[in-house]
Amino acid sequence: MVGPTPALAPRLPRCADTAKTGAMTLADTIPTMVAFDGVSVIRGAVTIIDNVDLAIPAGAFVALTGASGAGKTTLLRLANRLVAADAGRVLVEGVDVATLDPVTLRRGIGYASQGVGLFPHWTVAENIVAVPWLLGQPRALRDKRVAELLDLVELPRDFGGRAPRQLSGGQASRVGLARALAASPRLLLLDEPFGALDPETRASLADRLGVLHRAQGFTTLLVTHDLADALTRAERVVVLDQGRVVADAAPAALIGNTHPAVMALIASPLDQARRIAELVG
Amino acid sequence: MTEQLSRAVAMLPDRLAAHLGVSAAALGLAIAIAAPLVLVMAGRPRLRGWVLAIAAVIQTVPALALLALFYPLLLALGEVTQRLAGFGVPALGLLPSLLALSLYALLPLLRGGADGLASIPPETLDAADGIGMTRRQRLMQVELPMAAPIVMGGLRVAAVWTIGAATLATTVGQKSLGDLIFAGLQIEDWALVITGCLAAAALAIIVDIALWRSETGLGERRWGKALSGIAMLVVLVVGVVGWYWSARAPTSVGRPVIVGAKSFSEQYILAELIADRLRARGIPVTIRSGLGSAVAFRALAAGDIDVYVDYSGTLWSNALGRTTPAPRAEMLATLRRDLPQRHGVTVVAALGFENAYALAMRRRDAVRLGIESLADLAVSSAHLRLATDTEFQSRSEWTALQASYGLKFQRLTAYTPTLMVRALTGGDADVITAFSSDGRIAADDLLLLTDPRAALPAYDALLLVGPRRPDLARILQDLEGRIPVERMREANWQVDRSADKQTPGQAAAWLAARLN
Repeated sequence: MVGPTPALAPRLPRCADTAKTGAMTLADTIPTMVAFDGVSVIRGAVTIIDNVDLAIPAGAFVALTGASGAGKTTLLRLANRLVAADAGRVLVEGVDVATLDPVTLRRGIGYASQGVGLFPHWTVAENIVAVPWLLGQPRALRDKRVAELLDLVELPRDFGGRAPRQLSGGQASRVGLARALAASPRLLLLDEPFGALDPETRASLADRLGVLHRAQGFTTLLVTHDLADALTRAERVVVLDQGRVVADAAPAALIGNTHPAVMALIASPLDQARRIAELVG
Repeated sequence: MTEQLSRAVAMLPDRLAAHLGVSAAALGLAIAIAAPLVLVMAGRPRLRGWVLAIAAVIQTVPALALLALFYPLLLALGEVTQRLAGFGVPALGLLPSLLALSLYALLPLLRGGADGLASIPPETLDAADGIGMTRRQRLMQVELPMAAPIVMGGLRVAAVWTIGAATLATTVGQKSLGDLIFAGLQIEDWALVITGCLAAAALAIIVDIALWRSETGLGERRWGKALSGIAMLVVLVVGVVGWYWSARAPTSVGRPVIVGAKSFSEQYILAELIADRLRARGIPVTIRSGLGSAVAFRALAAGDIDVYVDYSGTLWSNALGRTTPAPRAEMLATLRRDLPQRHGVTVVAALGFENAYALAMRRRDAVRLGIESLADLAVSSAHLRLATDTEFQSRSEWTALQASYGLKFQRLTAYTPTLMVRALTGGDADVITAFSSDGRIAADDLLLLTDPRAALPAYDALLLVGPRRPDLARILQDLEGRIPVERMREANWQVDRSADKQTPGQAAAWLAARLN
């Protein structure tokens, strides 16, 4: 079981056309992209993730939300083994991640976080194709991929030669997204990827992400503290409270949920929306 | 002046090469120690606190003391290895210098390394992990390049400190640019001092600029700039080594006799005198000068040097561990008997003069007040001001003087030796501590007060030969009683004075022509 599993081997960029067929075949045989099976994470006396069972189907766009400290980020990081489970199993494409080499696992999964964390001493282009470079892809292929990815995240192609410090916050986030997508992963883990941006930039980036998600067919797991984001962007919203899943539903179904934690999360955006509606009305 | 300058420059290639070599080796050793420590410390704040605190404590020890401390340490270690494994450890020269200088360079290296790694934002490390870098890739591709400016800052500080502190390696017998500085300070040969300082400063500046250029060049990906920095280092090393090779003396077979000298004029002159006599017999000789007073005897006993001159009172306490002085003849007889037994050191000859502690006054003051002896001085000392050298007031001689004569002065002030004499001639002091063979006694018309109650121990100059070359005793024993104190004073004065200054070699030749 250990070793490069064909399911996780990142596909080369030239496979863009066959990607869908590949994903379809996989979706038929392994319908679940990520499965949490009785997973707990415990740090000292604190239970951060408490016996979570959750299945994310391949191709889905799922938002993980909840109050601060609810365990959203930890749950996300279990999927690429940045956090190890203390109990239970985490399966990616049917394989227990604990049996995989974490480095190989992570190279097969796209990852972007709020801090972005571009490498300041690398150019934008070098940052974007970091994973293909780690995978040993030839230079010519990587150069081609940089151009494709700059197009995908709607940045001018001449940005490749820039240094990260020359970018605005929104541009850096786009580069971070491009870096996560560089090796055409089938699973994308996003931890508040647009958290620190102004609403307009944020909306434009989230739109772009939606377009890419639909066009490329990867599975997206998005952590956000903003319920409005979760409701408007995802096909399914998972609400965490004190390390437990307290709601798991389509956005429309979540509105009527009566769990106190869910109601507390909904109250504020709902109130905002009503007031704005009154103003418009 | 031009002659002094050419003498200074003639000393340079040898010392410059040794200086560069010992600095580079010490820095290399320090990096080899610091690099793994920095990596282990990363992410362990408690360990980091301890390691940096220890390095900081080491830093507070003056470099001079740190160097001197390694001498007895290595000596003891050498005895242990000799007993256990049958080989000794050299306690003088390169090894103690290397160890002390490396320790000294640790703090900036550790601090630069630790601060550099700590400066990397956590989200960058998270991204490196998240995209699937191995630990090694994260270190090599992200952490080290990002930490480089701070790490290199530490390295540059360490390099400059090491090159500066390496001048002090002279005191433990390592050849360095300090040879020029220490010798020059002692005999007030400013051409030597300035040449030594300038060479050390130039070395430090060139290395600093070269490291700065290569670091910023690499950081900014300006390869030309980075290469120019590396090229500067290469040119420096090739230049110094080339100069050394072209200037080096033809090599002789076997280890030469090493004549030791402590760091004052009389010792330099006597070392030259001994060296000349040995060379006249066709024996290859090198002089290792500037040895610390405590180091010299142990160096002789350990065979690191072969011959030097020390003084009976010093040997009485340092080598035999006696605390109460004895009459002169008894002291000499005991030394001649006990030194060979206890240390394998032979007293070959008493040279005929003393370099003892004494109190001195301006002659006209002494005549006016009717003072000839310490007993006379005690009568009027309450109105007089005493200037001493920096160590006298903590020495047993001072306690003995007070006890025997009841001396009480209006004021006590400690000076460096040169300033002490100036205080007397300039009227800021009435009485000073002096050394009986000091050339300034005659030159400044000072009167040495006699010691009728024999409170001050004798400091007869004794020529000592170490266990490695007992054969030297036969060659040098004819120096017994040949140097009267007036001649020694005159020779010292030729080197110490500022007008018509002679080199120790010239003074030694003058003295050799006037032996009794």
